[in-house]
Amino acid sequence: MQILIVTSAVCLLLSFAADKKKTLDGTMRGIKMFVNMLPALLTVLAMVSIFLYLVPDDTILKYLGRHSGPLGIAIAAIIGSVALIPGFIALPLAGIFLQKGIDYTVLAVFITTLMMVGFFTLPLEIKYFGKKAAVIRNILSFTGAVVIGILVGIFI
Amino acid sequence: MKLHKLLKDYFWMIIFAVFLSGSSVFAFEPGTKIYGNFYLFFVEMISFLPLMFILVGLFDVWVPKEKIERHVGPESGIIGTFWVVVLATFQAGPLYGAFPVAYILSKKGASIRNIFIYLGAFSCIKIPMLAFEIGFVGLNFSILRSIISLPVFIIIGIIMEKIVGKDYKVNKV
Repeated sequence: MQILIVTSAVCLLLSFAADKKKTLDGTMRGIKMFVNMLPALLTVLAMVSIFLYLVPDDTILKYLGRHSGPLGIAIAAIIGSVALIPGFIALPLAGIFLQKGIDYTVLAVFITTLMMVGFFTLPLEIKYFGKKAAVIRNILSFTGAVVIGILVGIFI
Repeated sequence: MKLHKLLKDYFWMIIFAVFLSGSSVFAFEPGTKIYGNFYLFFVEMISFLPLMFILVGLFDVWVPKEKIERHVGPESGIIGTFWVVVLATFQAGPLYGAFPVAYILSKKGASIRNIFIYLGAFSCIKIPMLAFEIGFVGLNFSILRSIISLPVFIIIGIIMEKIVGKDYKVNKV
């Protein structure tokens, strides 16, 4: 986080020193893109907030611990795809469940789908990439994430 | 007309805001809990996304198209892929933060394959997140997962290029 602030500040200063007009133009372009993205993004965050209330993340992770094998993998893949739990919450929880003896494959499938597949962010992704590319990317990523998870489970 | 568009864009957010305000007035517990979740996501988003967009804007005005096209464009080969993976690993935040970067790379002539490889690397092997993963889940797990992910998202990038075609462009939103 601090790195991003420092990087942005340095870039802005250097840019401003080199060319004021260009800097203003670039900053305005960035802000405009952000403002345009905002309504769709806020709607996604609101939807995820409601979803997370209906299905809290500790409940989610409890389900993960219950099954192993193909059923466990399937549950982990589906939960990982729909959940939008930030990494700084999901990874510590994953660590706790590992200590409680959750299957490595199930955990790996959950983490990879969580990272690569975004069901709730799909409307946003469609705006940038179009329906076809966004949907196919998610389907391929889902498949890829399951493959990665299973391979991690085999080799660890 | 502008107000009309604003109302249309923020339609669901207005309803959501009314629901949250009502919940806080009447101490309706689900509403306050949903607000707690929303607040968490909102802080995560607002603390990095505006800066990221400003960087994207500066990148837009300063970096010439020929440079990006030469280094990560259709003719860049394996070196180009290497560069987008390196770029992605140094970033942080949720995947939706990568979309505007994908747009600007696409605008500047990066190949479609490299753009989707960038998204894959961004989601799988960001260094700040890896540090977290090593700390909580373990070094062996994280290294193994990263090594196996690499070929998988490169293959996904190649397939995506085949499916959407080489002339595909990421939209400006």
